Amino acid sequence: MKISGAELFVKALKAEGVKHLFGFPGGVVIPVFDVLYSEPEIKVILTRHEQGAVHAADGYARSTGKTGVCLVTSGPGATNTVTGIATANFDSVPIVCFTGQVSRSMIGNDAFQEADIVGITRPITKHNYLVLDRRDLGRILKEAFTIANSGRPGPVLVDLPKDVILEKGDDEYPAKVSIRGYNPVLKGHPNQIKRAAGELKKAKKPLFYVGGGIHIAGAVEVFRKAVKKTGVPVVHSLMGTGAVPGDDPLSLGMLGMHGTYVANMAVSHSDLLFGIGNRFDDRATGDLSKFAPEAKIVHIDQDPVSISRNVPVEVPIVGDARQVLEQMLPLLEATKIDEWLEQLSSWRKEHPLEVQVGRDGNTGHLRPDSVIRTICRVFPDAIIATEVGQNQMWTSQFFTFRHPRSLLTSGGLGTMGYGFPAAIGAQFANPDKRVIDIAGDGSIQMNIQELATAVYNKLPVIVAILNNGYLGMVRQWQELFFDRRYSSTCLMTGAECPPQCKGPGDHCPVYHPDFVKLAEAYGAVGLRVMKDSDIEPALKEADRIKDRPIFIDFLVEREFNVFPMVAPGAGNTDMIFSEGGE
Amino acid sequence: MTHVLSMLVENHQGVLSRIAGLFSGRGYNLESITAGVTADSQVSRITLVCKGDDNVIDQIKKQLNKLIDVIKVTDLSPLPSLHRELALIKVRAKPNQRGEVFQVADVFRARVLDVGIDSMVLEVTGSSDKIDNFIAVLQPYTLREVARSGLISMERGRKQTSTQPQQRKGASEKLNEDFKITIA
Repeated sequence: MKISGAELFVKALKAEGVKHLFGFPGGVVIPVFDVLYSEPEIKVILTRHEQGAVHAADGYARSTGKTGVCLVTSGPGATNTVTGIATANFDSVPIVCFTGQVSRSMIGNDAFQEADIVGITRPITKHNYLVLDRRDLGRILKEAFTIANSGRPGPVLVDLPKDVILEKGDDEYPAKVSIRGYNPVLKGHPNQIKRAAGELKKAKKPLFYVGGGIHIAGAVEVFRKAVKKTGVPVVHSLMGTGAVPGDDPLSLGMLGMHGTYVANMAVSHSDLLFGIGNRFDDRATGDLSKFAPEAKIVHIDQDPVSISRNVPVEVPIVGDARQVLEQMLPLLEATKIDEWLEQLSSWRKEHPLEVQVGRDGNTGHLRPDSVIRTICRVFPDAIIATEVGQNQMWTSQFFTFRHPRSLLTSGGLGTMGYGFPAAIGAQFANPDKRVIDIAGDGSIQMNIQELATAVYNKLPVIVAILNNGYLGMVRQWQELFFDRRYSSTCLMTGAECPPQCKGPGDHCPVYHPDFVKLAEAYGAVGLRVMKDSDIEPALKEADRIKDRPIFIDFLVEREFNVFPMVAPGAGNTDMIFSEGGE
Repeated sequence: MTHVLSMLVENHQGVLSRIAGLFSGRGYNLESITAGVTADSQVSRITLVCKGDDNVIDQIKKQLNKLIDVIKVTDLSPLPSLHRELALIKVRAKPNQRGEVFQVADVFRARVLDVGIDSMVLEVTGSSDKIDNFIAVLQPYTLREVARSGLISMERGRKQTSTQPQQRKGASEKLNEDFKITIA
């Protein structure tokens, strides 16, 4: 049977089990939306910005492991997806992004709403396609879905010229494709696995260091078994959060720039660092010359590129984390490392996590740690999205994550504005779970238009804004390293402000904008919390609402900092615990 | 150190720019790149010459392998292999200098492609070193134009680079062996 490209596209989505499509229409993709108009099996979610559509597909994918799908138009529609695609690429999230393109005969002519999106996204996708022949469409669609969610997952973009969308052609959507240049290695090499297990047995100060790969591979369960069997303690990167429950005695927390003291000390003194699905990135390692100086390194990763890139690895294992750990589990034995564990627990007591009171003392505003700890108490099993900056680091420090895939955060690219649309995507995929975006007042304004998407789809996403009136993380760096020269970081700077302001004063408005009114304007619920005793009641009130998003504006102390901190470029044991730099 | 990488790639649009973009985007040093179709019209061979320490070369090879359109990457530097480059060189040569230029060309086994009133075009094939030398020797005659093809290379012997996935089945072992070599 002859069908149009648009019809084949929809057929492919159905064959792939796609239930939700995040999109935004435009001239050249009208025929695709037209087919979707009468398609009951696929829910099309109209976001209010293409960036929101990609982040929503990303949140959908991260929270489930399924491929997120979005569809946008050519030109500006396509270029608006760039940040979302780069975000997904950095954190290995399977999404397929379909963009419209001008007709083939117009390509290269600077036609209206033309952009070379395949050229633009080449370095930020796992792979991308421009479909130039209707006969290739079925195969390309299948390849796109295959590549996006296999091996090390990532975003794939498919650019669809308008005339390819319209052209009638065959209706075949292949069940399988083989791509000769793409054969991800899943099973680990048996000898290497034996060596790795042997190293673990010999070590006196072993340490697991896990990253996001452990969630992506679905390896959390087998990893927890390995931890239980060996008794080896665990540190994690931001993306590895939740690999073991945050309150497990063997969990030392996050390592790196805003990691725990005990995690950083552990890495620095360990004699065997056993990496799984991590990539030794600079926020985790600090100064490489001072990173894990005494450790032999074992590294399991899906992507050979990650291995021996930043640190030399003694035992490399290329493979899927779950399969490799399953192969290895029978070889693992209980370790006798009491001395090491004692040392770790004394480091843990030496500097527990807490928010230090700001330089000007507590002015009666809320403490971000109390807000997040209370969220954790009221919603212990929620899926948490974050924006980027202080809100993100505080969330990783004070929310106790117990489940895999429960933290959605832009770790690699560090995209402000990611959290809210990602939470929306996650809520679609997890209608029975609580999804909470922990945001800053800066980040939330980067994709706040998605309030409309959440309201019209009756999504009870809770947005907890830690409102300090600053772009807090940059302000923190300015305070610590730039003599409090708060250049362009105050979100309430106006004409009346003193020049070269170095901190909040009596002239400052209490808040801006009024997030409560703003939420209400969209038809959402807005709450404001200014007192400690109101945190929990506000969260409980939010929990009663099941049919609308809820914005809670928590007015937190303006100049609280994230501590401990490893100064940029310093070694991981060189931690700062307060403004004094102690 | 300079390495010569010979690659088989899908003959798809944009492959060259994926590879060139990888080098510019990641700050790798690319000295030359040539591309042409192989006996199989769906497969192109790309030969590239790049520079870097062992870690960088290791990363370059892994990054190239990661590209979906790249079927196979072979580092020819440690292997017995043949390397050739072609150059067209236009020199200024007055009628009374032609004889000398002919002699120089003869020594380098270059061919004279064109003779004009006061210029000549020469074609020379050989290693990049030989071409460098030839150009240096021609300097006194004033070089008008130089066009170099970039290096193309091939492993010696009867071995044939395969594009078949089933013959690359040992990928896992291969990768892990590669690492062992790097580490040792």
